[in-house]
Amino acid sequence: MYKYDVYDHQIVDERVAQYRDQVRRRLSDELTEDEFRPLRLQNGLYMQIHAYMLRIAMPYGLVSSAQMRMLAHIARKYDRGYGHFTTRQNLQFNWLKLEDTPDILADLATVEMHGIQTSGNCIRNITSDEYAGVAADEIIDPRPYAEILRQWSTFHPEFAYLPRKFKIAINGATEDRAAIAVHDIGLSVLKNEQGEIGFRVLVGGGTARTPIIGSEICDFLPWQHVLTYIESIMRVYNQFGRRDNMYKSRIKILVKAVGIEEFRRQVEADWADIKNGPGTLTVEELNRVAAYFTAPAYETLPANDPGVALYKTENKAFANWVQRNVKPHKIPGYAAVVLSLKKTGVAPGDASAEQMDVVADLADRFSFGELRVTHKQNLVLADVKQSDLVSLWKESAEHGMASPNIGLLTDIICCPGADFCTLAFARSIPLAKMIAERFDNLDFLHDIGEIELNMSGCVNACGHNHVGHIGVIGVDKKDGGEWYQVSVGGAQGNDAAIGKIIGPSFNFQQMPEVIDRLLQVYMRERLEEELFIDTVRRIGMTPFKEHVYATPINAEDAVDKNAYGFIDKPDNYTVQRKSRF
Amino acid sequence: MIIKNKAVVSDDWTVFRLSENETPESVTVPAGKIIVPLKVWQAQRANLQSRAELGVWLASNERPEELKGEVEKFNVIAVDFPKFADGRGYSIAYNLRSRLGYVGELRAIGDVLRDQLFYMQRVGFDAFAPRPDKNIHDALKGLTDFSETYQISVDQKLPLFRRVQRDGITTVGSVHE
Repeated sequence: MYKYDVYDHQIVDERVAQYRDQVRRRLSDELTEDEFRPLRLQNGLYMQIHAYMLRIAMPYGLVSSAQMRMLAHIARKYDRGYGHFTTRQNLQFNWLKLEDTPDILADLATVEMHGIQTSGNCIRNITSDEYAGVAADEIIDPRPYAEILRQWSTFHPEFAYLPRKFKIAINGATEDRAAIAVHDIGLSVLKNEQGEIGFRVLVGGGTARTPIIGSEICDFLPWQHVLTYIESIMRVYNQFGRRDNMYKSRIKILVKAVGIEEFRRQVEADWADIKNGPGTLTVEELNRVAAYFTAPAYETLPANDPGVALYKTENKAFANWVQRNVKPHKIPGYAAVVLSLKKTGVAPGDASAEQMDVVADLADRFSFGELRVTHKQNLVLADVKQSDLVSLWKESAEHGMASPNIGLLTDIICCPGADFCTLAFARSIPLAKMIAERFDNLDFLHDIGEIELNMSGCVNACGHNHVGHIGVIGVDKKDGGEWYQVSVGGAQGNDAAIGKIIGPSFNFQQMPEVIDRLLQVYMRERLEEELFIDTVRRIGMTPFKEHVYATPINAEDAVDKNAYGFIDKPDNYTVQRKSRF
Repeated sequence: MIIKNKAVVSDDWTVFRLSENETPESVTVPAGKIIVPLKVWQAQRANLQSRAELGVWLASNERPEELKGEVEKFNVIAVDFPKFADGRGYSIAYNLRSRLGYVGELRAIGDVLRDQLFYMQRVGFDAFAPRPDKNIHDALKGLTDFSETYQISVDQKLPLFRRVQRDGITTVGSVHE
């Protein structure tokens, strides 16, 4: 993975010093909270319901074992002993004190980490495919470009105070695992017929209040031009994006308002005098960065390890884990392994300090000291020898990270929700727990097969609900209670689609039964081997809607009331909301 | 007092703002070193252009191209930041410097604060009028927050990767094409 040189270190260290002084001035009231807020947000610091939350960037999801150990250290020293991996391949600590944050960022800088631009109205952490570099369907490794874009976007002077946040995703494989269609800019790396490398550029995709699939602004942008072309997109957006209404200020609204043809014309006009200018990427720089992402020293191994096959026949639990959590690798004898952070009863994406130390050790022993964070909030060891799978399975299981549920119903994507976030209308983590408990039967889960259940506590859609096969979103109702809208038919990837809302919202207690009824329709209607999403696409939303709303859902019958704590927070529970951010 | 060329200096320019009942056409521009709104310049160009010293300022929603071919007429061009978080002024400055050929004093006015000064300087501002309730000597420190930058802008025509020899690693195996 990329290693900082003297310049990278200097820039991040100077950022820590700048931030330390900003915190000092805030604590002494030289800076008002209004003046300080954008500054702390651009270092990843939010003020939440109970405490400050710090979001730490894991550029394009890569993290080393040394970095993971530092995160464990921070969790123990400054937080409550755990952290939360997010859908944007970041890590969040939720229980920090403002006074500690400069020291935390200084600690992070020693392992080449930071919270720079993980929040605020600027270019955010660039996300990518968690299987970059090892995926069998990879056209080009996107990570060198992601790193070059990270550096280019870091402290870009012109684009630090955009109308709204700006998210870029990059994918280099045939299958889109980076959800590029729902980003402000989505890049897919391509090779054209002449073998030249370039990008298909999408712009103006997104979720939240206005879910929309990105429009193609360029079908093939030669790689040398990626920085200047994006600069022009940013400049057009910075000048003409709406600033009068924060719900209409993302680039998707601008692109929609002027149309993609006119937007493209403006971008190309801006680009005319910088194209081929000094901002153009050089082959030397690309090679310098790409050298950090060359393949590790793989051993020459047989394609399939006989021990794995044998143990699978002896141990059903291991076989289940291999089936769900072990992914193919382009090198014979290797595999990519997903460590599940979706153990039933634990908040999706949460990891304890102990687990962080364990995965750091596992990474050192089994995967060249590197880990990846997935947008589905799990961890990946990307380069595991098949002959190590049994050991890895046993050890990760001992620490609660071998739930064989990757891609299944209980592999829920979930935002922090109203338990933590001031934006949320409703809780999402307790709901995820309740649903996971309700369907905590492995045979049933395997029978249902691959399905994506994505949940967000509010319209900001951090839990990617719009692109979930089943999407759940907390909605704002005047009674202050917790209500959820449900959609079906959303999807990420090559066939990205925005789900359709099935009807009026449900309360917290009704939700597991709603999910159950959706699954009943699927099981009734599915053809052989057909996945949930394909059934939805084939028969449409109506049968699902009809069945869910056919009879009233009695919350009393629907759930085991004792297990989830919702009795403490009944239907009339009013979500605590304070000021934004 | 303003910050100019990285130092606190005295300043005798006045930023002229229209009050609610005044129109660009009819308002009387006082004598002296006045920085007038773009609209006043456009409405009273015939009278104003004979002045020995004149400045013009752009609001964040105004287009710098409106001054195309005229930038050399002014001793100072200012860009107003109605709120420091309104970032349009950065692109206005970039366009004035890089595309309209303006080389004179480019001044940030309005909600101008220490923690944005480094970025403002990078996109071509060389003069800053910090908000009057702030300590200008404290604000000056904002210009030196960073000693190195990655990307090109008005102040730096070459990106870091073209300017310096950056560390790499010797590779095993094939490098990315």
